[in-house]
Amino acid sequence: MFPELNNLLNTTPDRTEQGKLTLLCDAKTDGSFLVHHFLSFYLKANCKVCFVALVQSFSHYNIVGRKLGVSLTAARECGQLVFLEGLKSSVDVFFRAQAEPHPLQFLREADAGSLQPVYEFVREALKPVEDGQAAWRYPVLLVDDLSVLLSLGLGAVAVLDFMHYCRVAVCWEQKGNIVALVHDSGDAEDEENDILLNGLSHQSHLILRAEGLATGFCRDVHGQLRILWRTPSQPAAQRDRSLTYQYKIQDKSVSFFAKGMSPAVL
Amino acid sequence: MAAAATCGTGAGSTGSIGAAACKNNVTSFQRKGPRASGTDSGCSRLVSIAGTRPSVRNGQLLVSTGLPALDQLLGGGLAVGTVLLIEEDKYNTYSSLLFKYFLAEGIINGHTLLVASAKENPADTLQELPAPLLDDNCKKDFDEDVCNHKTPDSNIKMKIAWRYQLLPKMEQSGPVSSSRFGHYYDASKRMPQELIEASKWHGFFFPEKLSSTLTIEPCSLTGGYRKLLQFIQNVIYEEGFDGSNPQKKQKNILRIGIQNLGSPLWGDDICCTENCDNSHSLTKFLYVLRGLLRTSLSACIITMPTHLIQNKAVIARVTNLSDTVVGLESFIGSERETNPLYKDYHGLIHIRQIPRLNNLIYDVSDVKDLAFKLKRKLFTIEWVQDNYLRQERNIYPPGFSYLLKQKDSAWGEGSLQHSTFLMSFLAKATAFASRLVRHSEPLKQTGSGRILQAAGPRLWHDGRRQATPGLLAIPPSSSHAEL
Repeated sequence: MFPELNNLLNTTPDRTEQGKLTLLCDAKTDGSFLVHHFLSFYLKANCKVCFVALVQSFSHYNIVGRKLGVSLTAARECGQLVFLEGLKSSVDVFFRAQAEPHPLQFLREADAGSLQPVYEFVREALKPVEDGQAAWRYPVLLVDDLSVLLSLGLGAVAVLDFMHYCRVAVCWEQKGNIVALVHDSGDAEDEENDILLNGLSHQSHLILRAEGLATGFCRDVHGQLRILWRTPSQPAAQRDRSLTYQYKIQDKSVSFFAKGMSPAVL
Repeated sequence: MAAAATCGTGAGSTGSIGAAACKNNVTSFQRKGPRASGTDSGCSRLVSIAGTRPSVRNGQLLVSTGLPALDQLLGGGLAVGTVLLIEEDKYNTYSSLLFKYFLAEGIINGHTLLVASAKENPADTLQELPAPLLDDNCKKDFDEDVCNHKTPDSNIKMKIAWRYQLLPKMEQSGPVSSSRFGHYYDASKRMPQELIEASKWHGFFFPEKLSSTLTIEPCSLTGGYRKLLQFIQNVIYEEGFDGSNPQKKQKNILRIGIQNLGSPLWGDDICCTENCDNSHSLTKFLYVLRGLLRTSLSACIITMPTHLIQNKAVIARVTNLSDTVVGLESFIGSERETNPLYKDYHGLIHIRQIPRLNNLIYDVSDVKDLAFKLKRKLFTIEWVQDNYLRQERNIYPPGFSYLLKQKDSAWGEGSLQHSTFLMSFLAKATAFASRLVRHSEPLKQTGSGRILQAAGPRLWHDGRRQATPGLLAIPPSSSHAEL
C-alpha cells in the first residue's frame, strides 16, 4: 500500500469503512498500481480477500506485493487470500471439458454466457467460517479487471448483474468491501464499456480515476488521479467531494502532489 | 497436464482451483536472485537458455526481437511469456520484415519456431528470412553506411541544449558475433539453407488445415482461431515448453509468429464490417493465447492489419489484451513522402504500449517521435522532430527576444521542459537557417509588397513564410508606377 495514498483517502488499515464499493478507473494510462495498492492494503488490514485476477499471473502480483510489504504466497497458504488466476484457469477450461462447473465456464459457451459460476465461486470463498473463530475482520472482493470480461463475449448487462449480486452478498450481507477496475476507453467509442463504467459509477462510494496527462507524456509526472467520494443512497442535493492530484510512480511507492507542484518543476 | 489433474481432484473446495500449489508449475516470470528461489523452484535452470538474458530492471527473462534498436526501445527486449503486437503498415512491407527478423533471430539462437499464416506457406516464409551479419566480412560495408549517415547536424554544437544531450543515442554499433543478445541482419541476402534446415520449426498454414477435426467444441471463436489455438497448445504440450509433460524436459524458448491475424483470410470479418457477428472472436483468441504464453516458455509476435479494422473499440480491446504494441506507419503513397523533414526515412514507428511486468514502473524511452529507415541493408530507428516542432518554429521567429513564463502543467506551454526545449530548439533553428539561406538569391517580395523584409536572418525562402510582423517599411515608389 502507498502511505501517501492512504493519507489522501484518509484511511489506515486499522480504520476503514465497511460495506463500500470502490471503483478504479483508468483512461489513457495504466491504473494497475491502484490494484496493487488495495491488495496490499486489505491484506495488511487482516481482511479475507478474494482476488479475481483475470489479466496477469499470480507471480506478477506476488512480486509487486513483496515490494509493497505483503507476501501473497503466505496469505494464500494460510487462507487469507483466495486467488482465481484467470489466465491459467482459462487454458484448463478451454482445452478440456471439466467435470465440475468451473468459474470460467463461459469461455466454452457459444453464445453470451453468464457470470453466475464466478459469483458462486466468490460467495463460496468469502462465506464466513462457521466455527465462530473470526480470524479475519471482514471480506473483500477485488476484481482486475472487468473490461476484459467484455472482450470475452459477455455483455455489459451480465457484468453489471454480477457486480450487483456480489454487492448484495459481500457489501450488504457481510459488510465487506468490493474494489473493481474498469478501463475507460475514452474516444474509442466502446459502448458496452461505457455502459459498464457509467452503471458502476452510479453505484460506487469511492471512485479513483487515473488519467494520463492531457498534454502528453512526461517523465516526472506520470498522470493525474481524481478521487471522488460519493453517497449513492443519499439524495443528489448533497454535493460529492472531489480531489485531484498528480502522481509519479517509483519503484516501491507512488508519490502524490498537487497539480503543478511536481518536484521536477519546483 | 499436471496442473489440471490436481485441480480436478480437489475441485470440491473452491480454494484449490486457484490455490493448488503445483510444484512443477513453470511460469516465465521467474525472479532472478536468491530471494525468489523459495517459491520459484525452476529459477536456476532458466538462466542458461541460449538467446535470452535477464532484464536489468526486474530480472524478467528477455529475448531479442531481431532488431537491436527495437530491443532498446522496449526496455531491453521482449519478455518471455508476452505478446508483441505489430500494427501493420498499409502495404504490409515493413511489418513482414519485422516478422522475419523475429524468426531469423530464433534460428540464430537455436529456438524452436512456430509460424502461422493464412496467406503464405510457412515453408516459403522461412526461405525468405534475412541473412545474419555474423563476421567481419561485412564490417567494411557497415562502416560505409555509418559514415554516409552522419549529418551536418552533429557538427553544430547545441549551446543551450542540455536536454538534447540527455536524449539516448540509438544503437549504432556494428555487426557482432553470434553469442551476443541481438543480431543484425542483411535484408538483401537470404539466410543460408543449412541454418534453416538445422532449425526446428512447426508451420500452420490455415488453408491446409480446413478439413482437419477439432477437439474443442464450438464456442464463439471462428474455426481458424480455434484450430490455431489447438495447434499451439499441442506443440507447447508435446515439446514440453510448459513443463507439464513428464517425458520432455525442455530448456528452450518457443517463438510463435502469427501473420495477418484478424484478416479475412482467417475467416474473421472484423476487418470487413463495423458490426460483425463474431466480434469477440479475436479478443477471446488473444486472451486464451495470453494464458498459453504466460504458462510456458514462449514469446509471440503477431502482425495485425489494424488499419482495416473499422470498429475502434475493437482496436482498444486488442491493445489492452496485448502486452507490447508497436505501430508502423510507412510513408509509401502518403503525403509525407514528399515532406522534406522525412526525406531520409521510410516511415514512423510508434511505441503504443509497453507492459509493466512484475513491477510498478517500466522502462520507457523519453523519445516519442521515432522514424525508421531501411538503408541498404540495415533497419535503423531514429528520433526525428515531429510536425509540432516545425510549427513551433513559425510561432517564434528568430531575431526577437522572448520571455517564457512557467505555468503549472507538466508539459503544456511555459512548463520547464517546454521552455528548455524551446530554447534549445531556437538555437537549432538558427543553425538550420544558416544552411538554408542562399546569399546569392535576390530578396523576394512577400505579401502585397507594402511590407518589406528587413535585413536580418533570412529564412524560409520557399515563399510560404509571410512578412515578419512589426517590420513596416515605406514601400518604394516604383511599385506604384501606374499612377
